[in-house]
Amino acid sequence: MDTLLLSRIQFGANISFHILFPTITIALGWVLLFFKLRFNATGERKWMDAYLFWVKIFALSFAMGVVSGITMSFQFGTNWPGFMETVGNVAGPLLAYEIMTAFFLEAVFLGIMLFGASRVKSWVHTLATFLVAFGTTMSTFWIIVLNSWMHTPQGYELRDGVVFATNWLEIIFNPSMPYRFVHMMLASGLTVAFLIAGISALRLLWGDRCEAVKSALRVGIITGATLIPLQILAGDFHGLNTLEHQPAKVAAMEGNWETGPNIPLVLFAIPDQEARENRFEIAIPNGASLILTHKMDGVVPGLNDFISEDGEVLHPRVAPVFFSFRIMVATGMAMLVLSWAGLYLLRRYGAGDMPKLPLIAFCAMSFSGWIATLAGWYTTEIGRQPWLVQGVLSTKDAVSDVPAGMVLSTLIGYLVVYAILILAYIGVITYLARKAAKGEPLSMRTYPRSGEAEVVALQPGE
Amino acid sequence: MELFGDPAVWLPWTFAALMGLSILIYVVLDGFDLGVGILMPLAEDAEKDRLVASIGPFWDANETWLVLAIGLLLVAFPPAHGLILTSLYLPVFVMLIGLILRGVSFELRAKAPLKQKRIWNSAFFTGSLMASLSQGFMLGMYVMGLTWTWPHVAFSLLTAVFLTVGYSFIGAVWLIWKTEDCLQTRAIKWAKGGIWGLILGIGAVSLATPFVSSRIFDKWFGFPQLLYLSPLPIISALLVGFLWWKLARLPLYNDRWSWTPFAAATALFTLAFFGMAYSFYPYVVPEQITIYEAASAPESLFIILLGTLFVLPAILGYTVLSYYIFRGKATDLRYD
Ligand code: HDD
Ligand code: HEM
Ligand code: HEM
Repeated sequence: MDTLLLSRIQFGANISFHILFPTITIALGWVLLFFKLRFNATGERKWMDAYLFWVKIFALSFAMGVVSGITMSFQFGTNWPGFMETVGNVAGPLLAYEIMTAFFLEAVFLGIMLFGASRVKSWVHTLATFLVAFGTTMSTFWIIVLNSWMHTPQGYELRDGVVFATNWLEIIFNPSMPYRFVHMMLASGLTVAFLIAGISALRLLWGDRCEAVKSALRVGIITGATLIPLQILAGDFHGLNTLEHQPAKVAAMEGNWETGPNIPLVLFAIPDQEARENRFEIAIPNGASLILTHKMDGVVPGLNDFISEDGEVLHPRVAPVFFSFRIMVATGMAMLVLSWAGLYLLRRYGAGDMPKLPLIAFCAMSFSGWIATLAGWYTTEIGRQPWLVQGVLSTKDAVSDVPAGMVLSTLIGYLVVYAILILAYIGVITYLARKAAKGEPLSMRTYPRSGEAEVVALQPGE
Repeated sequence: MELFGDPAVWLPWTFAALMGLSILIYVVLDGFDLGVGILMPLAEDAEKDRLVASIGPFWDANETWLVLAIGLLLVAFPPAHGLILTSLYLPVFVMLIGLILRGVSFELRAKAPLKQKRIWNSAFFTGSLMASLSQGFMLGMYVMGLTWTWPHVAFSLLTAVFLTVGYSFIGAVWLIWKTEDCLQTRAIKWAKGGIWGLILGIGAVSLATPFVSSRIFDKWFGFPQLLYLSPLPIISALLVGFLWWKLARLPLYNDRWSWTPFAAATALFTLAFFGMAYSFYPYVVPEQITIYEAASAPESLFIILLGTLFVLPAILGYTVLSYYIFRGKATDLRYD
């Protein structure tokens, strides 16, 4: 394997690992703020218990997000020097704004949010929680601006092959940014909703009937059921936007080879890039035309349009885009079914007496948000190939010239560390749930809604 | 923009200064974090939590200065960024793995089942050690002009050890400030044991730099520069003397002056840093690319600078706020 392919795999591995944790912290920050505000408003103990349980998972996820993010910021230099040399004038300011407006905000107030509750007034603590949640959202905004610009660049001009910014508003509000940002925020919300529902279901299955668990289950299910229709809608709009700007990607997503009207919606197939056809195809007639153009006989682009005169393939590899898109959509549909069924069961039985089967289903779906998110990003990013910045910079022109052996060794190193950490992460979350289900108190402190309280020793560092 | 003359001159300069500032802040702040991590095996089991607690609320923000420094290199001097990081590919990898291990074991040692705590404690130590060693190694390579020859690697291995001991020293003086009783007494002992790393490290880099390049040699030993640069080594020597003297006397009644070793160590790091900055200016890649050749387009730099002027004071403000809230001796970390 050559440096290019290895670097791509390494970048993909690193960013995939990174995105898992921000996806959780972005929305979990807001959920924690919600728990805290509910407690401030009602004074009910259960909200504080929910807060104390989930803040641990937040702290853990945040640490994982930070360390893997630091890896990301070095990747550009170590593996993709051509990226910054060509588009640095656009990418640079965007990354700088992310660091300055978001990272410091999160990092500093995180300390106060986590360990400051007994040192500052209650409202200061609530404010710190808000600022952390706000900071993660700002991070998302800036990095999505950059990523979207890489898909739909505008507001720049080329001088001697280097990109110079001409209009910052056009760069920031590039055509795919609003769709991508909304879709990503919703993805984060769904990931957290199903994580909360799943872990709460697990605790219920283990016989934990405390109020905090029931409320958390309710919050998880209701949030999930609210967000998933919005996400499907947002996804549809996102697809239409992509059709306009990156037709080759849509052709690969749909597995459609010939441009034409009345294109069927392929539910399943095995795309064969050599033969340029689908095998084992199951399809709904006119489906793709209907979804993408909202007309039965709308014209859908086909992959064969993206072959140059001399036979060079100018579209992404079809199979990965095709399958990851289906994995995302299938996960989304599963989320729709389960969360709406959950809503019904909540009304019928209440959170405490939910039957076993749906609880098991929620457990099984705890990390489904991760799967959908990764699948979505694979669709987007692989679908952009062979471009790194659509129409401006191709991936192979950005790669560094470090020897392939070196990239391979670091890649293996990262993969080993990531595998161990994922296991440790999931293991610890289950362990925390088990400990809480056994009824170990989360805190001995009595919480006044404001003012001081006496301090009782607890497990240090927790 | 024309206010200060040619933007193609003062913008790169400003960004080099900003980048230098964040590297310096990083080295001092994460220096003590990493140092505390390196000292971990020396502490008794019961004290380890307190060690971690002394850096708990800060380490994340401290590490962000590294992100800012590398970000500024990336955004302001893209070609230099690519060159430096590709030639330091392996040490950067070691550092990243180290920072990953350190960061996650911070959380996992407290949250994983008690049985696993020992494993995560040693991961915390290993991670801190890897990060410090590789940073020292990169410092050495940078001074030597980023060329991989055996003498250069040997020199860099030496600076790797010195910087690591230097970090453990600043970690120890941080602990003198933030802890009390038994642990503080031990920290004083650790600091006495670590001060040589700082001295040798600063010495090695100061001696080596002028001999790697005749340009730098002339910059230091020409006349009259020699005269107005002489306060640098003299103040450094005074600071080392002060540290020696103070460490022999601490702890004092009522914990007086326990913050002074940390302040003196910070001052030492700062002086050493200015010495290096003086040597290398105007180069960002030693002897190859100057900051003016590597700089991004002035328009882009200006956009970033505009933001920086508003945001940096705010960042400094709320950083101070956080150190103020967690002032005094470290107590157990609790979420409630
Ligand atoms: C919980 C996560 C999640 C769920 C349930 C869905 N998605 Fe998604 N999807 C994402 C998470 C995501 C993502 C990770 O957030 C992506 C990657 C890039 C982006 O902006 O969003 C994405 C990308 C993405 C793209 C590619 C955009 C591009 O070309 O760049 C399309 C067309 C859709 N989504 C459409 C859908 C549809 C029709 C869904 C219906 C069920 C759906 N998504 C569910
Ligand atoms: C928003 C910030 C992001 C930026 C700036 C970004 C940038 C890049 C870059 C520079 C590459 C080129 C390397 C390559 O072609 O492999 C790439 C590819 C890739 N990215 Fe992203 N990316 C972002 C988000 C993500 C996320 C969140 C994921 C997944 C979870 C992701 C998954 C991938 C994958 C899998 C590739 C490899 C594509 C291939 O091998 O064909 N990206 N992206
Ligand atoms: C190439 C792409 C990326 C780079 C270079 C990058 C870099 C980083 C860095 C350095 C951090 C640590 C910040 C700190 O020290 O506090 C971080 C954290 C974070 N990143 Fe990324 N990131 C990338 C992609 C993404 C994407 C695609 C998202 C989300 C859509 C994202 C969202 C976040 C968030 C919310 C945080 C803070 C919360 C957390 O750490 O869990 N990043 N990132």
